[in-house]
Amino acid sequence: MLDFIVLFLTVGIPLSSALLLAALGETVNQRSGVFNLGCEGVMSMGAFVGMLIPFMAGGSAQVAWYVNLAGLVAAAVVGALFGLLFGVVVIRFGAPQGIAGIGLQLFGTGLAGTLYRHFIGGAQGVYGIGALKIPVLSDLPIVGKMLFSCNPMVYFAFLMVPAVHALLFKTPWGLRVRACGTMPRAADSMGIDVSRTRYQALAFGSAMAGLAGAYLSVCYAKIFTDSLIGGRGFIAVALVYFGHWSPVGVMGGALLFSLAQALQLAVQAYGFTTFPYEFLVMLPYVLVVVVLIFVGKSKHVGPAMLGKPFNREMRT
Amino acid sequence: MKHFKMVYTAGVIALAVLLTLGVAAMILCVLGANVLDTFYVIFCYPFTTLKNLSGVINIMTPLTIVGVGICVAYRSGIVNIGGEGQMIMGLLCAVVFALNTSLPAAAALPVTLLIGMLGGAIWGALPGLLRAKFGVSELLSTVMFNYIATQFYAYCLRVPLLDPAVAGGSGDPQTVKLNTSLWLPRMNEVVPTLDKGMRFHVGIFIALALAVIVFLFMWKTPAGFRMRAAGASDRAARYGGISVSKYLVLAMCISGACCGLAGTVEILGVHHRGLGSCTGGYGFSGIVVALFGGLHPLGVIPAAFFFAVISYGCSALQINKIPVPSNMIDVLQGLVILVIVAAKLIIANPYLMDRAQRRVTKLLGRKEGA
Repeated sequence: MLDFIVLFLTVGIPLSSALLLAALGETVNQRSGVFNLGCEGVMSMGAFVGMLIPFMAGGSAQVAWYVNLAGLVAAAVVGALFGLLFGVVVIRFGAPQGIAGIGLQLFGTGLAGTLYRHFIGGAQGVYGIGALKIPVLSDLPIVGKMLFSCNPMVYFAFLMVPAVHALLFKTPWGLRVRACGTMPRAADSMGIDVSRTRYQALAFGSAMAGLAGAYLSVCYAKIFTDSLIGGRGFIAVALVYFGHWSPVGVMGGALLFSLAQALQLAVQAYGFTTFPYEFLVMLPYVLVVVVLIFVGKSKHVGPAMLGKPFNREMRT
Repeated sequence: MKHFKMVYTAGVIALAVLLTLGVAAMILCVLGANVLDTFYVIFCYPFTTLKNLSGVINIMTPLTIVGVGICVAYRSGIVNIGGEGQMIMGLLCAVVFALNTSLPAAAALPVTLLIGMLGGAIWGALPGLLRAKFGVSELLSTVMFNYIATQFYAYCLRVPLLDPAVAGGSGDPQTVKLNTSLWLPRMNEVVPTLDKGMRFHVGIFIALALAVIVFLFMWKTPAGFRMRAAGASDRAARYGGISVSKYLVLAMCISGACCGLAGTVEILGVHHRGLGSCTGGYGFSGIVVALFGGLHPLGVIPAAFFFAVISYGCSALQINKIPVPSNMIDVLQGLVILVIVAAKLIIANPYLMDRAQRRVTKLLGRKEGA
C-alpha cells in the first residue's frame, strides 16, 4: 500500500507542474480581465519550440544545459508573442474572447503540428532535462524520492506560486493588473493605461503557458505529439476558477487534478486491468465539472470585468 | 461618399482575406513549399473532378449541420464548443440502436437519425442546465464534456461494441458494419443515370433541409424570436417576460441535436460503422463555419462549402506531392477565426469608420486639388 501511495505521488507531482505553470499564467491573464481560452494553443507552440532548439543542436543526444535553457526561453518568448497576437485581437479590436480563444487554440495546435512534421517529423525525441537531485534532502526516505528528486522545472513551477502571488498582491504592477480586471474605468481615470497593462499581463501569462508546454516536451515526455497537451490548456483555465483566481488555490487545484490523473496511471501500473481505464481517464474532467458547479455557487467572485473588452471612448 | 459604409466594409473584408492569405503564405514559405502550387491544390484541386467534388460535399454535410447547430446556440447567447462530444454521443446512441433494431428498413433509418439527435440533445442540454442552474461557464463545461464523451466512446468501442473480428488483434477498435439497409445511399445509387463520380451520399439534402428549417424556426416563430431575444440581451428579454434560462437550455438541446445528427449522418453515410476519431474535428470546424456564415443558418451553407473545399484541399496536399502536412487546415481555420472576429469589430466600430472616412476624404480632396 505504501508503495502504491509513493508511486502515486511520484507520478502526480511532476504531472501537476505543467498545469500549475499554465494556470498561474492564466491567473494573471484573468486578473487583468482577459479570458484566454487559447492557452492550449500557446502551450502547443511552447512545447514545439522548446523541443526544437535542443533537437536542432543535437538530435536525440544529450546537449549542453544552456541549449536546453535556450529552448525553454524560446518557448516563453514564443508564448509571449502569441499572447500579444491574441491581445491585438481581443484588446485592440475588442473581439469576443471565448471565440477568439478557440481561434488561437486551433491556430497554435495546428501550427505546432505542421511545423513539427516539417522540422522534426516522425517519433523522434530529445534527451531533455533530467531530474535534479537536491543533495542531502533527496536521500531522505520516501519524501526524498517524492519531493526532492524532481525535474528542475518542477521546482521552478512550485517556486512560481509565491512569486506570482507576490507579483499580483505585493507590487504596484499587480495592483494595476487587478484594477484593470475589476474596474478598468476607475483604473483608466487614475491614469493607468488599461490596454497596456492587459497586454503586459497577457504576455506574461502566455509566456508561462509556453513554458508549461516546453516542460511537457523537454522535461516530461521528451517528445512532441499532436496530443501531447491533451486538453491541459483547457483544464488550466478551469483551474483558475477552481482556485478563485489566487495562486495558492490554483496550486491546490493543479495538485488535486494531477493526483486524479496519477491515480489512473498508478492503477494501470499495478495491473487492475479489469476496471475499464477510460473511466479513470475521465475522472479529472468530471472533477472539473463538479468543481465548477460549486465555484459557481460560492461567494468568491472573480475579476468583475473578466472577458469584457474595455474601450475608453464608449459609455457603458 | 454616400456609399462609404459599403466601400469600408468591402475594404476591411478584402484586407482580412489578404492578411489571412499572407500569413498562410509566410508559413508555407517557412515550410519550403511552393506557395502558388499549394494554394492551387487547396483552392482549385477539389473542383478538378466529380469525384473530388463529391468528397467536398461529403465533408460539407456534417459541417453544415454542426454549423447550423452552433448558430442556434450562439444566437441564443451561449457558445457551444461541445459539438465534438455531442456528435460522439449522438452517433453512439444511433450506432447502438442501429445494431440492435429489428424495425423494417424504411422505418429504421429515420428512427436512427432521430435517436442520434436525441443523444446529442441530451449531451448538449447538460452544459445548458449547468449554465442556467449553477452559472457554470459553458466555455469550460462543454470542453470537459467533450473529453468525457470521447473516453466513454472509446470504452464502448473497446468493450461492449467491439467487432469480434478485430478483438484481440492489434487493429483499432471498431464496431461491426451496420446493416446496409441503414446506410445513406450515394447519389449514383439513387439515380443510376448519374455519372459514377457523383459519389456523395444523400445526407447533404438532410443538411440543406435542416438549415432551412432552423432558419424558419429561429426567424419566423415566437419561440425562435424569444431565443434570439435572450441571446441579444438577456436583461431586456427577462424584462419582457421571457424565461431566459429555459430558452438557454432549449437552445443547447437544439444545438446538441444538430451535432448528434451530424455524427449520425457521418456514420450512416461515410463510415458505416462506429470507429474511433470518426468525428473528424467537425465539432470545432463547425464553429468556424458558423462564424464565417455570419451566424445565420442560410449563411452557413456557403461557408460550409468553402471550408469543405479547403479542408479537402489540405488533405489532398500529400498526394499531390506538396510537402505540407494536413494539419495546415487547423492553422487556416484558427487564422480565419482570429481575423473574422477582429474584422467584424472593425466593421461595427463607428469611430474607426469615421476616422477612415475622414482620411479617405482628405486624400481624395488633395488629389482633386492637385
